[in-house]
Amino acid sequence: MAEIRVENLEKSFGSFAAVRGADFTVRDGEFFCLLGPSGCGKTTTLRMIAGLELPTGGRIFLGADEVTTQRASQRDIAFVFQLFALYPHMNVRANIAFPLRCQSMPRAEIRRRVEEAARILRISEILDKPVSGLSGGDRQRVALGRAIVRQPTAFLMDEPLGALDAEFRRLMCGELRALHDRLEATTVYVTHDQLEAMSMADKIAVMNNGVVEQLGSPREIYDRPASMFVADFIGSPPMNFVDFDARLASGDRAVRIDGAEIAIPELRETARQPRCTLGVRPEHVRLSDTSPLRGSVYGTEYLGTTQIVTVATGHGFVKARLPSETSVRLGEPVGLAFRPEKLSIFDRQSGRVLRSALHDGATHG
Amino acid sequence: MSTGIVTAHSVVEPSPRAKAVAATLVAAYALISMIPLVWIFLTGFKSPPDSISYPPKAIFEPTLEGYCNLFTTRSRQSPEYMATLPPPASTCDEIARSRNMVIAGPSNYAPRFVNSLIIAFASTFCAVALGTFAAYGFSRFKVPLADDLLFFILSTRMMPPIAVAIPIYLMYRELGLSDTRLGMILLYTSVNVSLAVWLLKGFIDEIPREYEEAAMVDGYSRLHAFWKVVLPQATTGIAATAIFCLIFAWNEYAFAVLLTSGEAQTAPPFIPIIIGEGGQDWPAVAAGTTLFLLPILAFTVLLRRHLLRGITFGAVRK
Ligand SMILES: Nc1ncnc2c1ncn2[C@@H]1O[C@H](COP(=O)(O)OP(=O)(O)O)[C@@H](O)[C@H]1O
Ligand SMILES: [Mg+2]
Repeated sequence: MAEIRVENLEKSFGSFAAVRGADFTVRDGEFFCLLGPSGCGKTTTLRMIAGLELPTGGRIFLGADEVTTQRASQRDIAFVFQLFALYPHMNVRANIAFPLRCQSMPRAEIRRRVEEAARILRISEILDKPVSGLSGGDRQRVALGRAIVRQPTAFLMDEPLGALDAEFRRLMCGELRALHDRLEATTVYVTHDQLEAMSMADKIAVMNNGVVEQLGSPREIYDRPASMFVADFIGSPPMNFVDFDARLASGDRAVRIDGAEIAIPELRETARQPRCTLGVRPEHVRLSDTSPLRGSVYGTEYLGTTQIVTVATGHGFVKARLPSETSVRLGEPVGLAFRPEKLSIFDRQSGRVLRSALHDGATHG
Repeated sequence: MSTGIVTAHSVVEPSPRAKAVAATLVAAYALISMIPLVWIFLTGFKSPPDSISYPPKAIFEPTLEGYCNLFTTRSRQSPEYMATLPPPASTCDEIARSRNMVIAGPSNYAPRFVNSLIIAFASTFCAVALGTFAAYGFSRFKVPLADDLLFFILSTRMMPPIAVAIPIYLMYRELGLSDTRLGMILLYTSVNVSLAVWLLKGFIDEIPREYEEAAMVDGYSRLHAFWKVVLPQATTGIAATAIFCLIFAWNEYAFAVLLTSGEAQTAPPFIPIIIGEGGQDWPAVAAGTTLFLLPILAFTVLLRRHLLRGITFGAVRK
């Protein structure tokens, strides 16, 4: 297993830049997620790491070696494809053995390794079946078997759970992470599903339009989004945005919205321009009769332990996650209060967050 | 108002009457298509007078004369000479003697048939091999001007190949390729390769790239991955393409007449000119045709399973 380092990686298809300046390090043994909406360049990034696509700029290191222009076959990496790419003309055993058969490995050793992989994945009993009749879950396991049998330096997975149904996906998430831990593997995992990323990853890179918007642990990304895009993409429902105009300076500890004074974490930088946005997660919104920030209840969604209450305000809708016992009536006028230490302030023009006490002690990268 | 029994209509299952009508139509069509073949087959077993009798004879006494004549040349001899001969050594000998002839030697049918086999199979192999590589290239790589090149390849099929027969004839004469097997193999390969590229490109496009990519990530070179992963999945397409190419090369008549006359002559120009006593030897022609149908029949039956799947283009996925 080895570290994967990507430096300023670029990929253009003709005039279209699919990946722009991706920069990150996947530590040895880390479970790393590339997360982002469809078309943001995740697959392209992963394929460049695998050697299936040549970068148009930047460098890739595997351990100490630069592999930027090396062939895929020389990189000793395993890749799990979205649709598994199991060879239909071979049975399960032959599929799993396939990567070993191009090394000059004795038959007995191949057999032993295939059977061990099958045991780990609990597919020993289907080894001699054709792959065509397998269920989605079994196909997934065979694809994983083909990846682990070679004991490669890293695993790359491109939405490996995308083809499975929702229920099975949750189960496989746990299994994948357990497998990663057991093999002490280094894994780069691509997904557009924030729940998958949040539940499995040690570190997440959130991508948008070919750019890595933020790099951090799931907690950092959720609590301290670096941009409005990340804040909006992560969380369900996503972060609320309240637009306001003010000249914010380093040291400010409150903002004024519609005459209501709202406490925020102390700013550590001065805004370049006055158009700003306040970001607040639904669970940090409270109903408060005394708050000067007013609105009326627009709708509620009951979720069991909590409920999501949508409040229409002069600044658009604000969603609050409240205990499900709280009783609210549609159309009822309410006041909104936010948890001051959890608020993010964004520069609305660039979409970037303004640094504040929220980021104190936060590590970057 | 009808209050009779209501029968449930099935959307997928045709009614018994529809089935019966369809079966009758199919049987009738099959019968009509079979008649010429059956006629040829039967004529092969007629005697020369029976084969040209009018009205045509459906019932006749079968004889192997056609087949004997197909494979031998005979010469007429005087009765005095015939009387000095030892008794006939074979059925064919006997038949020949009954017509006051002796077998002079083997005919050219066998070598012509062998020419046909060599030329058709070799050119099919070359066309399919070249076509597979070209189709793979067009399917997987960014080929500059790919669309134009593909159109150009197809355009070679847009006129009847025989339209260029004269220039090819002259060219072949200059190059010393006239009446050579190599010349015919090259010619049929070049005619078939466009068909092969187009057919195979469709099949290879259907094979997901991920298969080779998976193999390449797993340590295989592209060529090795092509061999291990792409080819096995393309067998259906390759079989279908090979049959089309083979049928063309096997049956081709016009170029064969023009470019071959001896050494490299194929069966199609040879069969119709088998001459017997006083003109065309129809039973021998029919016998030659019957045998000529066999290889292609065998090949098709052999590859039938692939062919049937191949005709449902695109069934390769997943
Ligand atoms: N081979 C290619 N040629 C041209 N454009 C491509 C190619 N591969 C990907 N793209 C484009 O690059 C962008 C990123 O693609 P991809 O990395 O597959 O996104 P993701 O995996 O995040 O959904 C998309 O807009 C896609 O259309
Ligand atoms: Mg993708």
